Amino acid sequence: MLTKRIIACLDVRDGRVVKGVQFVDLVDAGDPAELAARHAASGADEIVLLDITATHEGRGTLLETVRRTAQRLFVPFTVGGGIRSADEAAAVFDAGADKISINSAALTRPELIGEIGAQFGAQAVVVAIDARRATEGDPVADAQVYIAGGRKPTGRRAIEWAREAESRGAGEILLTSMDSDGTRAGFDCELTAAVSEAVQIPVIASGGAGTAQHFTRVFCEGKADAALAASIFHFGIADVRSLKEALRRDGIPMRLPC
Amino acid sequence: MRVTVIDYRAGNLTSVVKALRSLGAEVLVTEDPEVARNAERMVLPGVGHFAATRRLEETGIRAAVEDAIARQVPFLGICVGLQWLFAGSSEAPDCTGIGALSGSCQRFAPGRKVPHVGWNSLSIRQNSRLLAGIAEGGFAYFTHSYWAPVGVETVATANYGEPFSAAVERGNVMGVQFHPEKSGETGLKVLRNFLEFPSC
Repeated sequence: MLTKRIIACLDVRDGRVVKGVQFVDLVDAGDPAELAARHAASGADEIVLLDITATHEGRGTLLETVRRTAQRLFVPFTVGGGIRSADEAAAVFDAGADKISINSAALTRPELIGEIGAQFGAQAVVVAIDARRATEGDPVADAQVYIAGGRKPTGRRAIEWAREAESRGAGEILLTSMDSDGTRAGFDCELTAAVSEAVQIPVIASGGAGTAQHFTRVFCEGKADAALAASIFHFGIADVRSLKEALRRDGIPMRLPC
Repeated sequence: MRVTVIDYRAGNLTSVVKALRSLGAEVLVTEDPEVARNAERMVLPGVGHFAATRRLEETGIRAAVEDAIARQVPFLGICVGLQWLFAGSSEAPDCTGIGALSGSCQRFAPGRKVPHVGWNSLSIRQNSRLLAGIAEGGFAYFTHSYWAPVGVETVATANYGEPFSAAVERGNVMGVQFHPEKSGETGLKVLRNFLEFPSC
């Protein structure tokens, strides 16, 4: 039976894992290679490393961080943040990523999705969508896509962009609710379900994880294929194993580590 | 232990090479048929489109692989590499597989998410050397849109709407639809079994 995936996300700046609320007030949460290995041992089904380094010099350290993190990792490893071209993607794959996640670069130039897919396969291309509920019209059906860490609206509807990303060859959608991100108050299940039902490719829910129940809800009501969280794992609030045990008790199909 | 990994520009080889090296294998990556002809042990990875296997014909690697298989060299096809062992795939009807196993690959039927992505459980159908020590219900990581039929050489199936070949073994010819290099301890065990497969 295909299980629902629990994905541990590491937000990395200048080679260190950081965590903040809604992308501000960042605090140090440790070494990416060490944390990735710890999450994988604890049962994380995948690791996502999201580079939020702002400076050009900092970008140079990303490939080294990816290489170091991938070295001891034998579960799928996705890397995102600032990838703007097929060549940049190739360098990240070469450093050891199995998939890359693209966000604003795909919005600026949607052909990028197909270009990376043609070289590395559609399964290696995750399109990340940062969305906020709409303030006009239907809050969910008209939810809007943002870039620049949720600060800049693009004027596009999340559902429509998810469909376009699929038709251009994305392998998965990583949907982050900017309203929920960092709040630990639960995923946006309605928005996740709307996007998940609009496409045939898997949807990863992100933003708002706080308790095991939040995950159960996003898998059942949100129709998510996978759910991603960062902060709840870093500070020992819950480890992946205890989270997965709780979800299995709720009847969600889970891979438990042996 | 020397392993020749065939590079045919079908996706990324970094992970599979890394996993084999972590198990102590000496890995040689090549797209040169002459090099492949001397392989003692061969891995054909592959993520992406079945049409990528056309390159195996163009470069002459296909004949080298067929020779190696005939010489009883232990051979492991991964993902598209497993599918290539069959007659072909509806993903690229003009490309033929090597037909070591009977049947063709087809796309998952509509009505569920495609690609099939994630950790699915293995249902063991018969004893094999490749899956020795892998428990019934053990999990492996899959990512694919096309599936290979279940036949007499199928040693494990997985189910996604329909049962399909998750692992095959016929003599020295082996294949896995899942990614052993990304399937945690279970996957490393499969790769270790392959590396320990007797080579004459």
